[in-house]
Amino acid sequence: MNLSEYVSEADAVERDGAAALQSAPDLDALEAARIAFLGDRQGRVKALQEALRGISKEDKPAAGKRFNEARTRLVSLHDDRKAALERASTGVARDDLSLPARRQWRGAKHPVTLVIEEIEGIFRELGFTIAQGPEAETEWYNFGALNFPPNHPALDAHDTLYLEGQGLLRTHTSPVQVRTLQKYEPPIRVLIPGNVYRRDFFDASHAPAFAQIEGLCVDEGISFVDLKSTLNAFAERFFGASRTRFRPSFFPFTEPSAEMDVQCGICGGSGCAACKGTGWIEILGSGMVHPNVLAAAGIDSERYTGWAFGMGPARIAISRYKIPDIRILYDSDVRFLEQIAE
Amino acid sequence: MNVSYEWLRAFVPFEQSPGELRDLITSHIATVDELVALRADLADIVIARVVEEAPHPDSDHLHVTKVDAGTGTLLDVVCGAPNVAAGKMYPFAKSGVTLPGGLKLQKRKIRGAISDGMLCSARELALGVEQDGIMELNIDVPPGTPLLNALPLGDTQIVMDVGANRPDLLSHLGVAREVAAVTKKPFALPEIEGLSLTSPGTVTSPEAASASGIDVRIAEPDLVNRFMGVVIRGVKVGPSPEWLVRRLESIGSRSINNVVDASNYVLHELGQPTHAFDLAKLEGAAIVVRRASEGEKITTLDGTERTLRDDMIVIADAKRPQAVAGVMGGRDSEVTDATTDVFLEVANFNPRRIRNARRALGLSSDASYRFERGVDIAIAPRALERVANLIVLLAGGRVEGPAVDLAYTPATPERIPLRTARVARLLGETLGTDEIEGYLRSVGFDADRTGDDFRVAAPTWRGDVTIEADLIEEVARLRGYDSFPVEIRPFRPGALGDDPQWLTSKRVREALVGAGLLEARPMPFVVGGEGFVRLTNPLSEAEAYLRREVLDTLARRAEYNLARMQGDVRLFEIGSVFTPQDGELPLEELRVGVLVMGRRAPAHFTDPKSPEFEQWAVYDQWDAKALAELMASAIRPGVGVTLEESDDDSAMWAVSVGDANIGVVRQVSLDAPVWASSAFGIELSLGVIDSTQVAPIGESAHRPAVRPSPVVTKYQPLPTTPAAEFDLALLVPDSVRGEQIEEVIKRVSGKLLERVELFDRYVGQGVEPGHRSLAWRLTFRHAERTLRDRELDARRSDILRALSDELNVRQRN
Repeated sequence: MNLSEYVSEADAVERDGAAALQSAPDLDALEAARIAFLGDRQGRVKALQEALRGISKEDKPAAGKRFNEARTRLVSLHDDRKAALERASTGVARDDLSLPARRQWRGAKHPVTLVIEEIEGIFRELGFTIAQGPEAETEWYNFGALNFPPNHPALDAHDTLYLEGQGLLRTHTSPVQVRTLQKYEPPIRVLIPGNVYRRDFFDASHAPAFAQIEGLCVDEGISFVDLKSTLNAFAERFFGASRTRFRPSFFPFTEPSAEMDVQCGICGGSGCAACKGTGWIEILGSGMVHPNVLAAAGIDSERYTGWAFGMGPARIAISRYKIPDIRILYDSDVRFLEQIAE
Repeated sequence: MNVSYEWLRAFVPFEQSPGELRDLITSHIATVDELVALRADLADIVIARVVEEAPHPDSDHLHVTKVDAGTGTLLDVVCGAPNVAAGKMYPFAKSGVTLPGGLKLQKRKIRGAISDGMLCSARELALGVEQDGIMELNIDVPPGTPLLNALPLGDTQIVMDVGANRPDLLSHLGVAREVAAVTKKPFALPEIEGLSLTSPGTVTSPEAASASGIDVRIAEPDLVNRFMGVVIRGVKVGPSPEWLVRRLESIGSRSINNVVDASNYVLHELGQPTHAFDLAKLEGAAIVVRRASEGEKITTLDGTERTLRDDMIVIADAKRPQAVAGVMGGRDSEVTDATTDVFLEVANFNPRRIRNARRALGLSSDASYRFERGVDIAIAPRALERVANLIVLLAGGRVEGPAVDLAYTPATPERIPLRTARVARLLGETLGTDEIEGYLRSVGFDADRTGDDFRVAAPTWRGDVTIEADLIEEVARLRGYDSFPVEIRPFRPGALGDDPQWLTSKRVREALVGAGLLEARPMPFVVGGEGFVRLTNPLSEAEAYLRREVLDTLARRAEYNLARMQGDVRLFEIGSVFTPQDGELPLEELRVGVLVMGRRAPAHFTDPKSPEFEQWAVYDQWDAKALAELMASAIRPGVGVTLEESDDDSAMWAVSVGDANIGVVRQVSLDAPVWASSAFGIELSLGVIDSTQVAPIGESAHRPAVRPSPVVTKYQPLPTTPAAEFDLALLVPDSVRGEQIEEVIKRVSGKLLERVELFDRYVGQGVEPGHRSLAWRLTFRHAERTLRDRELDARRSDILRALSDELNVRQRN
């Protein structure tokens, strides 16, 4: 047999076999068809296999390939038909696979944690690691070391919860700046997430305890351009391609001080209710670390310079997830916590 | 801080629109929070010309007119004003426009004549009280011009957020100075028509002088930085003129009378608070600046009686306090309609003293706000002169000099060194020496230059500028922060590793989220008591203490959920707990708490429908035990975790990693409805948070940076030989613990034992009382060969013998 004769024989076997298998009305007929075609002894597929021997060496690969195709197709047709006939014979319909899965509870991080982790991820790429410190702090770490003059109006924004006996609940994460500067030699690039406390009544937009995230970078030759560039890079990544703006501000622990705005994502900068018509949304406070802060931590401010920033992940969370009332973040209603799972 | 756009423009001839000015101020000076358009209620009023006028046929006082309002057609308007005349211009409101009073005009017929709009009087536009008809305008503009464009009525209030360091921006003078610098325009005090520019002459003294027969005295040194005063006699108190009323309104202040308004005007113009006393009400022809005596009383201008402390300063007459210095005047000597002679006080007080008094009295005023932040000590003579002359202009009378000027010693400003090289280093951009000098001079700094460096004297109004960095901020903001480039420059990555507790928190959080739990971030305030850290100034008694346990908080959160019919609660929190320590900061510890109750998975239609299953389907202690093991190994990876049955009833297990006890697993009692299932809690420590002073003030204690070394699990070769197993069903007396049996099994089996698995527990029929049946499956394997049956049989009998001998445990038949 030459190759073309072999191929047409294989075509015939496949065609006849397919017809016999697919049209078998019951399992007996299917078994008869199986023996006729796929049977080990007299099956036509077996005969076809044996006919391969008579094919010349150079045509053998092509013929073998055609044989395999034919056999594979017939085996699979047989199996499909068999499954269909069996289902029909037992009277069991295919299962209703539209029914729901057997699910597990879905866990979730808190929305504020999600925001912190995203910020953390961006700053990690910029060479930052995480530093932490206590929430119950001394007056010196919270205010004195950060260049707050005693009894100064700058304290008005830091309505403080004091502890009986000694200390206070930190009003910002900035004490950790001083602790870190005292503990480790520059280069320092740390991110400081944590809870802070203010004597604010709990209402739709205020809470006496909330998360803050702070960054500190101190090394030789660190400048305002580094501050701007790093925070701008962060804003580009975090808020998308929006523009940033830096404007003068005042914090006792930075000089110069600057606040960063990003262009309002709702109006695109033309002014709307969300941005009070300014086209900008306030994101963070920042500045070059005040020489007095470096001095308080025993760091030579002539040799080292640095910058720092702080922002509120809860505020970002409520605007990102469109949460109308900040109290929802604290209520811990399981339905809310399940909702915002990323 | 409110400033008026038009008022600023009276200082500086800038061309910027309110919106442009807002952006300039925000970029260079201080943030503008908001622009408020004033008299926006007049936006729709236009100027119209009456073209024809005739008496109304059916009325003896109405007029029918044809009005050109620039609309292209003449409008029919009926007008009742006697002064309406053809050819004249008046404010006009078309039909559909709403007047300031809220009246919406409609086209209608008045006694048969159509009236399509209204010619307006000053009162109808809330521009005054004149009653003699409609407002005749002697201006030449095309009809249809908006009234606000033609007359200086509109204004924009600029609401600024001024930092505590910039009291100089709490006046129009201060803001105008900066606006002039950034717009590169000149600035000058606005001229007031008719204002005398004469000075009353001044007598200076450290502590006492006479001002036109009034003895002015400072009782003790250091009470006041400067105290000026002058007498004005023969004033006639009355209403202020329109321009002054409008100026005050433009910044949200209300006109009171001409004398008080003069003082307020100068407060907002120059930033210097002043106060006028009714001279007739002062006893003993004396003004004394002294300490209040403890418990002394005064009724302030707001009508409230205040009890004073001896650290407050008062301005008194010979007998009684007449003002709380720097905070508020007294009601007794208030300027009234009957006042003819006044004593005008212009003083400068110590910011801390005023802040203390303001806080102690809970009484804030425009004056205290400024004194607390610091008022320019050099502005007092100008303020005195301006208020005095303004009073004379508005209320008549004469200034009876000389003025007195007490306690003032001009200070020579300290020169602050400023290096051009340092500017470049701190800002990251090289600025020219001339450029730097230009910025400083533009806002009043005196820069003395030697080579590339300066010695700079800050002006008297900039007490906030004391060091080089302050000057560099001035340079940076006046140049504009936006002018500095945005380019990431080479940097050294941080040398520190992550805080170890942060890494631990992260591992624990990931593990718990993976186990289907929900993270909560509530607040740590609790209803505490003895043994809790208490706040000295809590917001409420319900939030007066800090928690000792995270579970305390989670229990309240679970109750919150139960109250909302949410019974499937599975919360965790990672946060601080606090324990009081005598004379020290509280001991603060980072903890993770877990509270689980309700179904351990959502219901599924294949779930068995039996009471046993219902019971099985909710979280129980075995889930809690597993979560505790998961958490503990996340806290200390690679270290053995043990959960030991707790001795005391408050807990089920004590959790240890290595040798360290880190917490407990326990049932949590809740204020729960009957349908709620049992709640299980786990509370584990992530370690104490170090709150000790790192180094003395002004010093560092640098240490090597810690980089945590990860725990790495090493590969174990997978077995190639088959395992062999057998089951042991044992009858165990209640006094014997399961772990004792496992200990025996492991010891006797030796190293071929691969796994011990408890797969059944049974109590009931067929098991004798005081016992339970426990069944284990034991898996053995030899790494190199197949185990023989007799090896297994030998182990089985060895185990059973040991169990029987040591624990009196028998095989169950």
